[in-house]
Amino acid sequence: MLNYTLRRLMFSIPVLLFISFIIFLILDLAPSDPTGNLPLTIPPEVREKIRESLGLGQPMPVRYYKWCVQFFVNEPLNIWDQYWGTCSFGCEDRLRVVSYVTRSPVVDLIVQRMPQTLWVVGMSYVVGILIAIPIGVISAYKQYSWFDQTGTFVSMVGFSVPPFFSGVLVIIIFSVQLGWFPSIYDTTLKVVSWDTFMLQVRQMVMPVMVLALQTTAQISRFMRASMLDNLNQDYVRTARAKGMKESVVLLVHVLRNSLIPVITVIALGIPAVFGGAIITEQVFKVNGIGQLLIIGIQGGDAPLVQTLTFIFAVMIVMANLVADIMYGILDPRIRYD
Amino acid sequence: MTDTATTTKTEAPRSQWADVWDQFRTHRGAMIGAAFFVFICLLVTFGPMLWTLEPNYIDIRAKNQGPSMAHPFGTDQLGRDTFAQVLAGGRVSLLVGVTAMLLALFLGTLVGVVAGYFKRLDSPLMRLTDLFLALPILPLLLVIIMLFRDTLRAAFGPETGIFILVVSVIGITSWMHTARIVRGDVLSLKEQEFVLAARSIGTPSRRMILRHILPNVMSPIMVSATLGIATAIITESAISFLGLGFPSDFPTWGRLLSDSTNFMTLNPERVIWPGLAISLTVLSVNYIGDGLRDALDPRIRGR
Repeated sequence: MLNYTLRRLMFSIPVLLFISFIIFLILDLAPSDPTGNLPLTIPPEVREKIRESLGLGQPMPVRYYKWCVQFFVNEPLNIWDQYWGTCSFGCEDRLRVVSYVTRSPVVDLIVQRMPQTLWVVGMSYVVGILIAIPIGVISAYKQYSWFDQTGTFVSMVGFSVPPFFSGVLVIIIFSVQLGWFPSIYDTTLKVVSWDTFMLQVRQMVMPVMVLALQTTAQISRFMRASMLDNLNQDYVRTARAKGMKESVVLLVHVLRNSLIPVITVIALGIPAVFGGAIITEQVFKVNGIGQLLIIGIQGGDAPLVQTLTFIFAVMIVMANLVADIMYGILDPRIRYD
Repeated sequence: MTDTATTTKTEAPRSQWADVWDQFRTHRGAMIGAAFFVFICLLVTFGPMLWTLEPNYIDIRAKNQGPSMAHPFGTDQLGRDTFAQVLAGGRVSLLVGVTAMLLALFLGTLVGVVAGYFKRLDSPLMRLTDLFLALPILPLLLVIIMLFRDTLRAAFGPETGIFILVVSVIGITSWMHTARIVRGDVLSLKEQEFVLAARSIGTPSRRMILRHILPNVMSPIMVSATLGIATAIITESAISFLGLGFPSDFPTWGRLLSDSTNFMTLNPERVIWPGLAISLTVLSVNYIGDGLRDALDPRIRGR
């Protein structure tokens, strides 16, 4: 198992390097000009100077190499130094990945935006899973009952309704018509007292609801299918024949075995939820990393877009890795060697 | 068993597709979905001929109206008729969905069949598929569209350029699942005896693939076709919603939805129509896919 994990980790390094190169190539081939948003009164030679100061004068392989050094060496060292308050390997003149538009290090921008995204996206994922698992269990146990039929229909709807419609719909219902929740997520809110805590909860309800609907739709289907696979197995009959209570059979024997494939699906779904959050953040005006990406794309901010897209890619590769390894750990029948 | 065998001997042999159709008909959701999808297709194709109001005709005196006889879905902030716009937008959205699906299907089938049939190409092509699966699709889509749209607009005109860009980008980023499924099926087909028989009489690879392999992998391809339409419509709408798709005077469902969110408090029902159109179309397509999967599965068929 350790051998397999190490091999997969080693293999993910060239994959990630290749992906970062593709992203870099796409951004580089594009006819986008970082000085395009500057005032038209700037003369062309000054414009050229600005481009050179952004590091655009050098050939593409050199710039890609420099981005790699900045992202893979300098940024981790910087995080290390900031965390421990040290200054190792010449921290003063260390080059960092700097945004064209804001002129601040990209990683700092991402660190600022991360908590909002993590709160909204992470919370919705947890809520979605917590709702989905009981629905899947009951649907499978009472197959073809009205509960199962309703669950199937609702999850079909959850698959089909895109978040930019369900989000707008809940805004119309709960904030325009009923006025229960604010439609714009206020990230400046600090939770210091009970009232601010309630405000925070109220502004999180709608985005979490929208994202959780999608998560629930997917995971409850997987849970149901996995439960159905296990309910007909011999060990379930044996457990019943031993005279165990139905609740023990269902919730201990069957549930634990059915959760194995579902957990890998949950791990695989994490990057997709972050991707979907790009739209949800736009609907509810949450200034998380999704919105940062949109701003970066619109402003032609190549370092920011490069870094953020690459972080998404890292998440996907890591989620795949974690899913495969967890499958092997949880299910001893699976052997990778 | 023997009774039925003797009675059916006189009848004409039933084709596989008749069985599939019989099974498909028993799936109620799939039938409703298929009926609705046909209805939507007919509506957006022939609707603009019956509802002759121009989608871009500006009648500023009739702005922000609710539903009425003259404008059944109301009007927008410039007095354009929402019903005409939804019809025109549906044409674009469905066309994008179907074309992108065809492109993705073509790529996926090509890669899947080649990887499954030619052993030497299997490993590199599957590594390529894994690589594409690891790409963050939505961010890359946005990046590519934002960066290349001006070039393509200049080359093909504003609407056609964006159409080509959106369709090709969605197609190129969504063929991977089809390729994987098709490869798996081709691998198992290759071991069967009829393939061995065909090879033993000297069938060349090209005819082998077209005559023997492709017809037998049609069922997974058809199921992924329906799912492909659904994802392509949602992706196109998402791109339009984020303001990176077609130009704003060129209605698509996502574009209409995104434009009407700014008038949510003033005119909330305007948001409903394009959103409902997207959701119901995707829902119906998903149900068709569900029914097809059941109908094409020989283990379920005939029960």
